[in-house]
Amino acid sequence: MSRFKDKSNKGTPAISTASLPDIIFMLLFFFMVTTVMREVDLKVKVTLPEASEVDKLEDKALVDYIYIGPPVSTSLGTEPLIQLNDQYAKLDEIGPWVKANNDRRQEAEVPRITRSLKVDKDTHMKIVTDVKQELRKSNALKINYSTARGRE
Amino acid sequence: MLKKRKRGGPGEINAGSMADIAFLLLIFFLVTTTMDTDVGILRLLPPIVEDITPPEKVKQRNIYEVLVNDADQLLVEGQPMDIKDLREGAKEFMTNPNNSEDLPERTLITRGECEQQVANFRSYVAQATDATDKQNYQKQLEKWEDKLQAVKLLGDYKELPGAAVISLQTGSKTSYNMYVQVQNELEAAVRELRDELSKEKFGKKYTELSDIKEEERDMIRAVRMVFPQRISEAEPVDVTQKEN
Repeated sequence: MSRFKDKSNKGTPAISTASLPDIIFMLLFFFMVTTVMREVDLKVKVTLPEASEVDKLEDKALVDYIYIGPPVSTSLGTEPLIQLNDQYAKLDEIGPWVKANNDRRQEAEVPRITRSLKVDKDTHMKIVTDVKQELRKSNALKINYSTARGRE
Repeated sequence: MLKKRKRGGPGEINAGSMADIAFLLLIFFLVTTTMDTDVGILRLLPPIVEDITPPEKVKQRNIYEVLVNDADQLLVEGQPMDIKDLREGAKEFMTNPNNSEDLPERTLITRGECEQQVANFRSYVAQATDATDKQNYQKQLEKWEDKLQAVKLLGDYKELPGAAVISLQTGSKTSYNMYVQVQNELEAAVRELRDELSKEKFGKKYTELSDIKEEERDMIRAVRMVFPQRISEAEPVDVTQKEN
């Protein structure tokens, strides 16, 4: 009897939290390794179309993004605009942009660069065709129509 | 003073806040991370051809014409079509199951023929004196070697003519969404045909073959030989010329 009393007096011992930092660090490292920083601040509204026959983009370091959609700030109207890097761009800026992106990579990697077109689904084809033509002119032939993974 | 310190050793650093710091970092990475992988439809644009040679006449039966107008309506081979039927239509174009006159004529490739041609071009390459001739023969040789490889894996197969192409044209006001849907259906048609063939010959779907394994890479190439993906936009003539 006295033994039981003894135990209840002591109460449960505090759980050691010494390993908590280790656990958190482990999670932290996981996220640090898997993370890809958000590329740019979007200045255009892009709702991607859905498609079922999609491929994954393999090497994110070798992907450049072109955004096309109506501008976020309404003062610029509703006509779709092109965004390269962090700013709005005109059609004739695509050529220099492609060249700049090629130059900052190693020569062997240049043919493997994919240009991913993130285009709003309500955009008319005219601007997309123009952009594609510009890409052809600057010999950036590998492109990807970015889509959301849709149902079959 | 000094002595005292040495005796006691440096005071223990309180590690209690370590977890908080780690938490802070963790939350930062949680917020900035984008887990969703980027997916999309991959396409190769045709290079711009500088010299405009008079376009070779491509037989009408070898072109599958898909037009999308400004109101997102489809006109396929001159007939209005619903997007739901496009996949079957494209598959029929590529297989031509009834040997129809207005669909591409698929020629049978046999092992004997491949071996014969490979041997022929080997000797041509060896005998050729002119550099450009040699190059042309070399190209032909490689083409037939590829075919031989495919025949070895698949048995005799029917080949689409090099000029057979799906031509996709859009109006300037066609919506991008419609364009992607059409691309998607065409892609699906090719994928389904490849899957069926691969399943029949190798017992494994085309999409399940991985290009890391050597033997499966050959299978992928063989299946692609039978059902090549040829979707051309804007300038169908240039693309077909490149193919030949």
